[in-house]
Amino acid sequence: MNLLLVLPLMIPLTTAALSMLAWRRLPLQRVLSVAGSAGLLGCSVALLAFVWANGIAASQMGAWPAPFGITLVADLFSAIMVVLTGVIGLAVAVYSLASMDEPRESFGYYPLLQVLLMGVCGAFLTGDLFNLYVWFEVMLMASFVLLALGGEPDQLRGAIKYVTLNLVASALFLAAVGILYGIAGTLNMADLARKLEIAESGTLTALAMLFLIAFGIKAAVFPLFFWLPASYHTPPVAVSAVFAGLLTKVGVYALIRVFTLIFVGDTGFTHTLLLVIAGATMVTGVLGAAAQYEFRRILSFHIISQIGYMILGLGLAGLTSSPALATMSLAGSIFYIMHHIIVKTNLFLVSGVASRLGGSFELKKLGGLYRSSPGLAILFLIPAMSLAGMPPLSGFFAKLSLIQAGLAAEQYVIVAIALVVGLLTLFSMTKIWAEAFWKNPPAASAEPPKLTAGERWNLLLPIGLLALLTVTIGFAAEPVFLLATRAAEQLVDREGYIRAVLGEPQ
Amino acid sequence: MSTLLAILIGCLYAAGVYLILRRSLFKLILGLVLLSHGANLLIFTAGGLTRAQPPIIAPGELDLPANSPDPLPQALILTAIVIGFSVLAFALVLFHRAYQTIGSDDPDELKVSDQ
Repeated sequence: MNLLLVLPLMIPLTTAALSMLAWRRLPLQRVLSVAGSAGLLGCSVALLAFVWANGIAASQMGAWPAPFGITLVADLFSAIMVVLTGVIGLAVAVYSLASMDEPRESFGYYPLLQVLLMGVCGAFLTGDLFNLYVWFEVMLMASFVLLALGGEPDQLRGAIKYVTLNLVASALFLAAVGILYGIAGTLNMADLARKLEIAESGTLTALAMLFLIAFGIKAAVFPLFFWLPASYHTPPVAVSAVFAGLLTKVGVYALIRVFTLIFVGDTGFTHTLLLVIAGATMVTGVLGAAAQYEFRRILSFHIISQIGYMILGLGLAGLTSSPALATMSLAGSIFYIMHHIIVKTNLFLVSGVASRLGGSFELKKLGGLYRSSPGLAILFLIPAMSLAGMPPLSGFFAKLSLIQAGLAAEQYVIVAIALVVGLLTLFSMTKIWAEAFWKNPPAASAEPPKLTAGERWNLLLPIGLLALLTVTIGFAAEPVFLLATRAAEQLVDREGYIRAVLGEPQ
Repeated sequence: MSTLLAILIGCLYAAGVYLILRRSLFKLILGLVLLSHGANLLIFTAGGLTRAQPPIIAPGELDLPANSPDPLPQALILTAIVIGFSVLAFALVLFHRAYQTIGSDDPDELKVSDQ
């Protein structure tokens, strides 16, 4: 058993359990939360290094051989996602110290955050579809409570929509898993990939659509995204930020996993559909954002728009017969996910500080932040420009790689859409800049509240480090892109994954 | 038997979707309950229905007797029932709390936070 595969689950679980034991001792819970998240980041980096050096790592729980037992697998894509989970977990844990109010803290905020991280890591590491369902539920359960914790009317309104749509998605996912088991007699992903190569394709395509809907709701693609902008702006900022960074990306991860490994028989239909969905998601998301004047709702609509880019690479990869081009497209998607998780979480964290200083999330009520806190303004500009795809930041290279792949695949319509959407993203970001940072503050408002030194440290340190990471990815794009390409190669090489899990065929 | 169960599952799904589309939070919960029951029955049916002896390997044998049923779908359903039960219990409390706070059972009242 490979310990590195188990630690990303054990560390958050242990931290959550210890925090529960320290229920009444908030200072201890705070320390545990930061220490646990730092531990998760540390072991996830070790896992990535291990997978980079030794290839795909698979581990059978309880030593039951592969298609029967529970399998944990980390290929480079999974390992990258776990590292990003660690990064976001740590950033949000530190940010929460200064931004979470005491009632929420004393009702189990910290243990819930750890359970959420555990669910996300589990979903990335499992090699079994039913287990994926279970990890989704672990993650959802924690997210339900985090979303509703505090019980403000808007939060409850958002939570009802979020809970309902996610439960419908779970029911569809479960039904799809059941039918798949009826057809193939196994739920181990590698075993499925091997068995379904010879199965009848009509039923499989129908099943693929069921999975597409179930994961599509969780990933918030067009036309299944309505729960996202209805709920993400209601909880406290730290919760929004971790949701924005990680939760929809678990849906995207699941889509990429099943549509590169299992449902590759009828790509002419399934992946064309993915490409159409990608285009529609990009456009609706960015147009939705253009109509909004609430900081976090603008950002929420941009999550949707960005999900479209990630699906774009997946669609392109399925439509080409050349492995090199498929690798290039998937590498674009993976690079985009890495860039997006960091940047989007960071923007949400900035929105929290802006509303702390300006007293509101409504852009109309904000203003003058550039004059009162220029440091924050720069910390906003970095992720905002990166999101819009300005060189030399990470977003530019993420978009560039996808657009190159699109041009190489001769899918000019979707490339044009991606470019226009990038321009409209810039429009949204300049709107936030102009309204919240540049224009004069509305009326003569009272003296803006000052942050204490400790608060400033806890709020701005994670933002600053995430911004630094964005800039680093931008300037060190080549090694990061090499990592994404290696991860994509592993996704394209299905046999390699199957061999790593099941061993050599007899 | 499979046909009968297939029809039953269809009815559960139809009723679940109908209830979710009604303008009442309480019926929404009932609809979700029916959907999750439908999914559980679906796994049960898709696993194959057989009238056979319990899937126990006789002493001295290495494999199951021929025509044994597959026990795994039932294990899956058991897990799914436990998860579904806890999630729905949480949803019930959430909806009750929302009803107390918002003062209405009408999903249209939830739109306020979207504007």
